[in-house]
Amino acid sequence: MRLPELEAIQADINRIILGKERPVCLSLACLLACGHLLIEDLPGVGKTTLAHVLARVLGLNFQRIQFTSDMLPADILGVSIFDRDSGAFHFHPGPVFSQVVLADEINRATPKAQSALLEAMEERQVTAEGKTRALPEPFFVIATQNPTHQIGTFPLPESQLDRFLLKIELGYPDPAAERELLAGADRRQMVASLTPRITSQRLVQLQELARQVHASPALIDYVQALAAHTRTAARWQAGLSPRACLALLAVARAWALLDGRHHVLPEDVQAVLPGVISHRLRPTDDTARTDVEAVAAALIEAVPLP
Amino acid sequence: MARINRPVSRRQAWWLLATALAACLPLAPQVPPWLSVAAGMAFSWRAVLTWRQWRLPPRWLLVLLVIAGTAGVFLQYRTIVGRTPGIALLVVFLALKLLELRAARDAVATALLCYFLVLGQFLFTQTIPTALLACLTVLITTATLLAASDDRPQPQRQLRRAGLMLAQALPFMLLLFVLFPRVQGPLWGIPQDRFSAVSGLSDSMSPGSIAQLSQSDAIAFRVQFKGPLPPQSQLYWRGPVMPAFDGRSWRVAQTLGAYPEVPYTGLGAAVDYEVTLEPHGKFWLFALELPATLPPDSTLTNDYQPIARQVVRNRIRYAQRAWPEAIAGVNEAPSILRSALALPKDGNPRMRAIGAAWSAQYGTDGAAILAAAENLFSQQLLIYTLNPPLLGPDIVDEFLFDTKRGFCEHFAAAFVFALRAGGVPARVVAGYQGGEVNPVDGYLVVRQYDAHAWAEAWIAGRGWVRIDPTAISAPSRINSNFSAAVPAGEALPFLARGDLAWLKELRYRLDAVTNGWNQRVLGYNPQRQRDLLASLGLNEPDWRSMTAVLSVLCGGVMLGLTGWILRNRLRVDPALTAWRRFAVRLAKRGIAWQVWEGPLAFAERAARQAPAHAADIREIAALYARLRYGAAPQAADLTQLKTKIAAFNP
Repeated sequence: MRLPELEAIQADINRIILGKERPVCLSLACLLACGHLLIEDLPGVGKTTLAHVLARVLGLNFQRIQFTSDMLPADILGVSIFDRDSGAFHFHPGPVFSQVVLADEINRATPKAQSALLEAMEERQVTAEGKTRALPEPFFVIATQNPTHQIGTFPLPESQLDRFLLKIELGYPDPAAERELLAGADRRQMVASLTPRITSQRLVQLQELARQVHASPALIDYVQALAAHTRTAARWQAGLSPRACLALLAVARAWALLDGRHHVLPEDVQAVLPGVISHRLRPTDDTARTDVEAVAAALIEAVPLP
Repeated sequence: MARINRPVSRRQAWWLLATALAACLPLAPQVPPWLSVAAGMAFSWRAVLTWRQWRLPPRWLLVLLVIAGTAGVFLQYRTIVGRTPGIALLVVFLALKLLELRAARDAVATALLCYFLVLGQFLFTQTIPTALLACLTVLITTATLLAASDDRPQPQRQLRRAGLMLAQALPFMLLLFVLFPRVQGPLWGIPQDRFSAVSGLSDSMSPGSIAQLSQSDAIAFRVQFKGPLPPQSQLYWRGPVMPAFDGRSWRVAQTLGAYPEVPYTGLGAAVDYEVTLEPHGKFWLFALELPATLPPDSTLTNDYQPIARQVVRNRIRYAQRAWPEAIAGVNEAPSILRSALALPKDGNPRMRAIGAAWSAQYGTDGAAILAAAENLFSQQLLIYTLNPPLLGPDIVDEFLFDTKRGFCEHFAAAFVFALRAGGVPARVVAGYQGGEVNPVDGYLVVRQYDAHAWAEAWIAGRGWVRIDPTAISAPSRINSNFSAAVPAGEALPFLARGDLAWLKELRYRLDAVTNGWNQRVLGYNPQRQRDLLASLGLNEPDWRSMTAVLSVLCGGVMLGLTGWILRNRLRVDPALTAWRRFAVRLAKRGIAWQVWEGPLAFAERAARQAPAHAADIREIAALYARLRYGAAPQAADLTQLKTKIAAFNP
């Protein structure tokens, strides 16, 4: 039994992001699984709009950080400024103090600035000038990165990529969807006209509901078999870590919830597998790196259901 | 090979140290004290080395220590072979092996030595606590052996695994115990000298010797009656017969003739029973008066006591028959009668005078003199007590006429002296009287405090007659039990006391368990094995048929265990079995289920290819998905799935 509020949310987003039902659903699953989302794609395919719409329909406040190569951690976290009237320093929170943070072109910034955000993602709190401040709840980072072969990028190291629960690609829309986009109203106005479907408290409840989706022993066997295959097969440089397996299960649970089920099926695992493994597994064959779906399909077809 | 040469980690060293300690500690009372101390020092040394992570001692020092230890054992026992020297040597080796614990193979050798030492405990004692302790040590040793092949031993995991392995070995152990050809007697005739110092009746009796036994509640023997229990007053367990008197103590005859078979006949019904005799280091066997049969490997002396051919050093069991009423020795040999009249040259003048008077009055009328003696005893108002006063040289006179307080040996000795003084042949019989039935298993338990002495007089025409002079003064000693006859306030052994009922109950139960162990486990001898095999239809088995039976049964157990493990490992979800059947049916239609395909995804694909059955396919897939991946699979769903699949025919 699908939850009507989740269906409504998906419908709202799909009205604005046209022809991208699957990435939209994945990004929602990522949010329900309390994870951060990485979108790697070319500029102009709707990454920012997706982040904006998500924040809007979920009733969350939204900030955007445009990463540049001369960016400093204080630009993200905030800074203390001397207030002449009171004669004291006052902390001015940075853009990271927001429920949905869009970190645009994160790989344009230097590692120092990247790590300021990545630390906040992991700890869900910020320490600036000796004081620890909690970030809002829920806290959801959508980072976008340009394909790493582009000029002026600082690729994120594997350990930091691991902080993102899912990595998705939007890709070009198909011609029909693109035509509708071109002919339709201004997306920015459409976003502004959206009303929140749920409150942030309800979102926290839904996240808890996703955590409680049942993963049977047979399903856990399947996740283990997948991980074991990546660890032994020569196709990958290194296998999936236990943390990656946990991520896979978490997203699969959220995916099952979106599908209106209280138990995870192998189909859920297979559906979210490309997004979970694409930034975690590095194929030994470099040419295979480009087609994420094909790599995931090869993995799925190599591992029988236990 | 690399594994076996891998260095021993610190954690493994601690494990081994603990295991070696567990294997050695129970042997501490058996090895000489200097060895216990030396081994303790070696253990402590190793513990310090492990703790501080210091280097192990050099090889030459260990060689010197081995030589010194072996020499020490040799000097102690004048040999290094045999049971105790062998065990002592093993302790030396184990303690020193710990000091050269470098590689995994040393750890394995240490663990194997520990197994040997556990086995060694059984050469000394075979009680239930020993067996339990040995089980525990074997468990720890096995866990250590497992840990030796593990880089990061986790005590809990290894212990659990060792327990599982031992549990799997259990059926084999039982089979081998029951069916492996048994050797006569305990293996290597051991344990034996453990019982050299146990208490029990001795071959002489002087004032105070039986009273000493009355403080012991150790078990003398257990009896199981085939029929109803005879009355308490008939339970006279005949032990050593003592005709010789030297003025102070009574002794068994120096030279004993033996009867080839029982020389008397019984009157009335016989009583059948089985005795399990605790080792007592003497030759005699106890039998209810008067024995009608003889235990195997024994003879009957000419004063009617069954004597074993060998000293009773192990617990033995024999079936017996007794005649409570019997006429024995009517035509007794003159030499025996002569020895039953002998008195020392002097001493006890008062009793001698009375005896002479009886002799003058009644002549050779033994029955009359017997009655006179009984009369004398009842007139003297003698007191039965655990703490009789010390007696001077004339023990009979002083007891009868001055102190008037005595224990059963005083009564028996004085009575026999009185009869002899009157010219009636008489002798002292020692043994046990009474016993207590353990309500838990129904065995009659005779303890050391049931030790007793009574008199036997020879009356012409009637033969030997039993008279218990104690019964004249303290009839309750014979009719109920020992504690009832003792005056209030005298110290009684714990089990003879009437109070503390719950403790007594506990003791009964413990005793029943010990008895069961003795009867069934330790008492499982070749005869019992033959009986058991005969009851299984294997008459007079030779080693070939025994081996065949053993192999077949062991193989059967092995197969059973393997099957059980495989079943557990390969247990297939019944829903999955049903689903595979469903997949086979669809495959016949050309719709093949891919092994990696999820049920709902497959159902969608199949429904597209076979639209006529779409509803069925979707329903089956949904049922299966819920059963296999759902939170609480319902049995009803499984039944439904099976019926649906059985009915499904694309």
